[in-house]
Amino acid sequence: MLIARILRLLFNNKNRLRPYMKKVIFSTLAVTFLLLSCKKNKEYNSSVLADLTVEFDQVAGSSDLDLNTGSYTNAMGQSFNVTKVKYFVSNFILTNTDGTVYTVPQDECYFLIDESDLSSHMPLLKVPEGEYKTLSFMIGVDSLRNTMDVSQRTGVLDVSGAAADMYWTWNSGYIFLKLEGTSPDVSAPGNIFKYHVGGFGGYSSPTTNNLRTVMLDLTSGGTAKVKSGKSTNIYLTVDILKILNGTTNITLGTPTAEVHSPVAGEPLANNYASMISHDHTEN
Amino acid sequence: MNRKIWLIIFLILAGIYACKKEPFGAEFFAGFQKPSNFPEPAYHFSTNTVTKNGFELGRKLFYDPILSADNTISCGSCHIQTSAFTHHGHTVSHGIFDQLGTRNAPPIMNMAWNTSFMWDGGIVDLDLQSVAPITNHVEMGETMDNVLNKLRNSQEYPALFRKAYGSEEINTSNFLKSISQFTLMCISSNSKYDSVMRQQDGKTFTLEEEQGRELVTEKCGTCHTEPLFTDFSFRNNGIGIGLFNDEGRYLITNNNDDKFKFKVPSLRNLAYTAPYMHDGRFFTLETVLDHYASGVHDEPTLDPILRQNATLGIPLTTDEKTKIISFLNTLNDKSFLLDKRLSEQ
Ligand code: HEC
Ligand code: HEC
Repeated sequence: MLIARILRLLFNNKNRLRPYMKKVIFSTLAVTFLLLSCKKNKEYNSSVLADLTVEFDQVAGSSDLDLNTGSYTNAMGQSFNVTKVKYFVSNFILTNTDGTVYTVPQDECYFLIDESDLSSHMPLLKVPEGEYKTLSFMIGVDSLRNTMDVSQRTGVLDVSGAAADMYWTWNSGYIFLKLEGTSPDVSAPGNIFKYHVGGFGGYSSPTTNNLRTVMLDLTSGGTAKVKSGKSTNIYLTVDILKILNGTTNITLGTPTAEVHSPVAGEPLANNYASMISHDHTEN
Repeated sequence: MNRKIWLIIFLILAGIYACKKEPFGAEFFAGFQKPSNFPEPAYHFSTNTVTKNGFELGRKLFYDPILSADNTISCGSCHIQTSAFTHHGHTVSHGIFDQLGTRNAPPIMNMAWNTSFMWDGGIVDLDLQSVAPITNHVEMGETMDNVLNKLRNSQEYPALFRKAYGSEEINTSNFLKSISQFTLMCISSNSKYDSVMRQQDGKTFTLEEEQGRELVTEKCGTCHTEPLFTDFSFRNNGIGIGLFNDEGRYLITNNNDDKFKFKVPSLRNLAYTAPYMHDGRFFTLETVLDHYASGVHDEPTLDPILRQNATLGIPLTTDEKTKIISFLNTLNDKSFLLDKRLSEQ
């Protein structure tokens, strides 16, 4: 009844206010529309895939990692420097703040992080727009891909290309992580140590499985707000000291200066499972 | 008028020629065919069909030393057809810059039925086999990347890849798969034994061969199982730790139960594949049989089958040994050594 009355008042031809009222209504509508569309802008369209980068920044404890020149000390008090750090990351999964889980399609999801190659430090993922609270991925190459037809092993998995020195030919399988360097405490020629960790659990008979999954909660460091047209970067620090220090503190050169088998690599894998932490997110 | 007739005749002839070409090639190359007395192959043909051009490309690659660092060693240097694709005269293989390996080159034969490769089974897909010798510093000493680049820059290979795959692109996958196509075609299935089994050409065993077969089935058959004469398992047959202290399957699984176990080799073509065992330590079949009869070493992982009797091993009389050897001789397949399709062209 009230509304009817107001309307009648407004649209009454004799009403002197009528010309102004038209404008008022018009502007109200416009403002409402704008507000609505603004609100819509903030929301995500989960059917749109947008860019998300994940940055792997290698550090050694509290200092940045400098290949060849930097000198570091492990938990056993041995000083060493690092000549090579390389590892595979794969199988990225994200959880939205609304609880939905997104698994990045496997085919687009293998990356080889090489400390000596800056361009490899920031893998780019395509994920549905949304706000994400957790990120998980694997260090290594899952068993399925490790046993897949050679035609599926392209890009960083190409054994003639990027993966040439990340593949054991004699024990078919990818090397998940390489840490190489020198230390005066290593008595091998050139004081060189080489730790190569791999092993996806074996093909026909079970062997050591050195695949490790990293699960990161992004809430305290900042959730990732992914939207097309803007860039979002999840910034991770990778503490290479933790490859040597952890559940088992590794003594460089003892028992050997070189690790090339899944079983010998297991203590290192147990350690490096926790080398990666979330620092912050650039939204 | 005359011209028209000539044109028609020409067209008809051209048509006949064009039609003929295809079936002719197809007739000549039947692709991979399972011998009727063999089980289903283990290889994944669904992702790599053997074609005439793919096979011929693979054969060329197999015999081409371009695959090695100094262009001197080919796959065929260590896997010689006249020795059933083994490295004749070498106990352990001999590679680039005259370096020695630690293992005897096994025959490349009936690979399609193998469930794993190498003496320790470390390689699980035939397609990935070639990467090992190419990049091994004592075998061919190359890098895969460099091999592919050498092929890309060669006069002939891009055209051969186009013939085989419809594109000149040379990549890891089509390179490796063509070599597989060649090795898959190295099928040895025309021994006297096979003819008898297939009831071909009225062939029969002599009495001695027949008795030898019974002995082999009874005493060796659990491991050397017909018709491929291996069950593809890993076992320790008690030959004792070798010069190189090769721990065999243990190197792959790191399981103590696998120490000194090796893949059971086939007993086909033994006449051409001496010396025997993973390190080529025995030079004759007589020494092999003497080993089983009286030379078996005790080790924790010795196969239980070799522990069943009062003395370790398999009791064998001289007479039994003779019979076994005459049966083993029926497993030699000369046609495999002479098959022109498998030779360097
Ligand atoms: C320097 C000698 C040498 C060269 C060159 C060489 N091989 Fe071999 N090959 C061997 C030896 C030795 C073994 C067994 C190695 C082992 O068990 O560790 C072997 C094993 C194999 C096997 C596995 C057989 C089985 O029964 O498990 C295949 C297949 C094979 N080689 C193919 C090739 C191909 C293809 C090439 C060329 C790309 C090649 N080889 C080059 C020496 C050689
Ligand atoms: C317990 C399983 C087992 C039994 C039973 C067995 N073998 Fe073997 N045989 C093997 C294994 C394993 C090897 C490879 C060992 C190595 O190289 O270290 C082998 C190797 C051989 C070889 C060498 C082949 C080559 O290419 O180097 C010959 C020949 C042979 N056996 C013959 C026989 C005969 C004949 C008998 C029966 C009297 C027999 N074997 C019984 C497991 C067995």
